[in-house]
Amino acid sequence: MIPRRKKRLVWVLVLITGVALSAGLILTALNENIDLFYTPSELVEGKGKDLRKPEVGQRLRLGGMVVEGSVRRDPETLEVSFRVTDIGPEVTVNYTGILPDLFREGQGIVAQGVLIEPTVLQATEVLAKHDEEYLPPEIAEAMKGIKHVDPNSAEAFPRSSEAEQDSANDSEGGY
Amino acid sequence: MWRWLHPYAKGEATYRLLGHWLPWLAISAALSLLVGIVWGLAFAPPDYQQGDSYRIIYIHVPAAIFSMGAYTGMAITALIALVWQIRTAEWAIAAIAPVGAVLTAVSLFTGAVWGKPMWGTWWEWDARLTSQLILLFLYLGVLALYYAFDDKRTGAKAAGILALVGVVNVPIIHYSVYWWNTLHQGATITKFEKPSMATSMLIPLLICLLGFALFTAAMICWRLRHEILRQELHRPWVQQELIGQEKLN
Amino acid sequence: MAFSSFQEFIVMGGYGFFVWLAFGGTFLGLGLLVLRSVVARRHLEKACADHMRRQERLARRQKQERSR
Repeated sequence: MIPRRKKRLVWVLVLITGVALSAGLILTALNENIDLFYTPSELVEGKGKDLRKPEVGQRLRLGGMVVEGSVRRDPETLEVSFRVTDIGPEVTVNYTGILPDLFREGQGIVAQGVLIEPTVLQATEVLAKHDEEYLPPEIAEAMKGIKHVDPNSAEAFPRSSEAEQDSANDSEGGY
Repeated sequence: MWRWLHPYAKGEATYRLLGHWLPWLAISAALSLLVGIVWGLAFAPPDYQQGDSYRIIYIHVPAAIFSMGAYTGMAITALIALVWQIRTAEWAIAAIAPVGAVLTAVSLFTGAVWGKPMWGTWWEWDARLTSQLILLFLYLGVLALYYAFDDKRTGAKAAGILALVGVVNVPIIHYSVYWWNTLHQGATITKFEKPSMATSMLIPLLICLLGFALFTAAMICWRLRHEILRQELHRPWVQQELIGQEKLN
Repeated sequence: MAFSSFQEFIVMGGYGFFVWLAFGGTFLGLGLLVLRSVVARRHLEKACADHMRRQERLARRQKQERSR
């Protein structure tokens, strides 16, 4: 290669490496701040190397799975309360409002709100996460025994007392 | 290879070569987009979780993949333009940037419209969404720099450097969903394992991917042809091409 | 076919608004890109014609000056 071109190539490669390195350093330094949410374990046990715990009164986002059978709805208002977990501890979330279509027990969610007790979040917004799997309903039912149910319909989340009874009906009943 | 490539570094030869490709690219892009989108919208089964709303995937994922693909291509042409100083490569930066910007905007828009019913929000500042928004700004920055200077070559050089430096963002977009916890889910098809999608839904998606790839290639060819004409407007061959032989005499 | 009627196809299981908004927005975006490229060709033709007329005028003036 002509020396002039070689010089330019080296210069350009050094530039990219430099930018990539500094971007890498910045992102590593900001690592925890780029995370969108705390998981319930991080909330209870602390997050990061120095195990920082959020304080009561702090505004934060919490992400995890809705615990099966933990959803309690007020029949009169849109108030709802449920527990969220990842691998260990559970955190209670209180929320008033309309839930996203994907919200259901066992579903991943992200709730934003204020921590009113060490393990209770008063949420102002509840978002649903979904996984990267796409399956037709019949196949999903055959493989996983999951059915799509509209979360805002009455039968989706029966009040807790009827929960067991209804889950028994679920196996025979349709949508 | 250099001997073979050399004539294409000249405007007219490249213009003619792209002219040979363009109709085939355009026709096959239109056909595969039509087949893929009709199949995805009307014939693919609904999803077990998301019902019919998941059909947005048939444009969202191809647009997102090729917004990053086009950027990588633009960074490579920028490298060639900066090191070998081939003018056609400089012009290719200006041809790719608007196409990539539109693809990025489409991926952001369809993502927002899909996020509202499924996640419950149009927008969330998570790592994936934010880094994709930065990609849009990078494209716009490259375009702005390219046209900002009175001296065209200075503009091309400045745009090339930004295009090259910005390529760092592409792996960040791809791995953001694995490096940090985000609202956005992981990759369905751009991973080394088997795609997490039933075959009956995957086939139309692959056709749509092909369609978007061909569309991107066709648009880049088309715009590069125009950029060549614009840059060589004073040359006789361009005047012949644009005005026609009979009017010249 | 995933839908039993055209009506059902439009409704998209209740997500019609979002699905059609996404596809409509996409076609608008891609369509504008194509339209701009069509217009660009016409602009180039005009710019080229202007350039040639200017060259011609310049050449004529030079000839006049030389003959004087």
